[in-house]
Amino acid sequence: MSPILDSIGSVKAYGWGKFLSVRGTFESLATESVGSGGAAHITFSSIPATYSHLQIRFIARFGSVAVLRIQANTDTGSNYSWKEVMGNGSSAIANAGYPNAFMTVAYSNGFSATADTFGVGVMDILDYANTSKYTTFRTLSGYDANGLGGCQFNSGAWYNKNAISSIKIFPNTSTFQQYSHFALYGIKGSA
Amino acid sequence: MPAATYDCIATTTLGSAQATVSFTPISGSYTDLVLIATVKLTSSNTDRLILQFNGDTGTNYSATYLQGDGSAAASGRFSSVSEMRFYNQSTADFYPNIIHIMNYANSTTYKTAIGRSSAAAISATATVGLWRSTAAITQVDVKSPNTFTSGSTFTLYGIKAE
Repeated sequence: MSPILDSIGSVKAYGWGKFLSVRGTFESLATESVGSGGAAHITFSSIPATYSHLQIRFIARFGSVAVLRIQANTDTGSNYSWKEVMGNGSSAIANAGYPNAFMTVAYSNGFSATADTFGVGVMDILDYANTSKYTTFRTLSGYDANGLGGCQFNSGAWYNKNAISSIKIFPNTSTFQQYSHFALYGIKGSA
Repeated sequence: MPAATYDCIATTTLGSAQATVSFTPISGSYTDLVLIATVKLTSSNTDRLILQFNGDTGTNYSATYLQGDGSAAASGRFSSVSEMRFYNQSTADFYPNIIHIMNYANSTTYKTAIGRSSAAAISATATVGLWRSTAAITQVDVKSPNTFTSGSTFTLYGIKAE
């Protein structure tokens, strides 16, 4: 542990040499954990517009082969596009969708392949509260199951200028399995 | 009231070449760990950075990567190996690795890490790795077969979901 950093842990934001803590600018907003009954989807709602960016960090496991999708503000219209590049362990593959009624953010057909193995991802939702432009999502995600798996980048756009106040995350088929976990964070533009 | 998080747990800058940097003990009070390692190797350009958890050197690790080297994109994997491998590292310059170790403290699931390695002169690489253990992670060893040069930096952050 760093005694220096520990001793000033209550400071809202600080830098120290090359090392910058973002405490005070990165805040936990909500968490969804899937119980033993599974879940068809999870939703973060009533998201305040007081941050610059959002980040969703997740581990997820499906009951069968599935891709992870999202929708914003309960919009089920064909107002989304997405692109991805994925490495499946032997080659790089590119996919896209437009127009879609959802955004694909993680394509991983092995989430259910091996016991105790979960896919993971870190999704950034940039300028989500800005009402002057469409909102862009980007995700780094993947899973590895010791001989099976994939690693990928996704980017996507929601063609709507409303501030995002809710996000629904769901698999295209099957359900989230127990211990799947999604955490929403807000990132401030200034401390 | 939202809870502030993303805390610096520990950090070090090497004063001399070193093969291993160990973060231990790591408390279980966070949800995810983020390792930022800006490293340069002493030899063997394009070799790897390695993670091992809780001192486990058994063949309980695997990884899948996606990589672009400026002329082509490729993917590959390592199965049943004794380390989680993150390619490519450089002997020419210091380049960053940002690795997320997800849900490291639970004792129910295998542990998965995902990260990017950005040796700009060599490649851009994303890697997802698995440690086949349900144990909570209390120790992270960052290694390279070719040692890290003086000036390499390693910082471990904790992120807590409320």
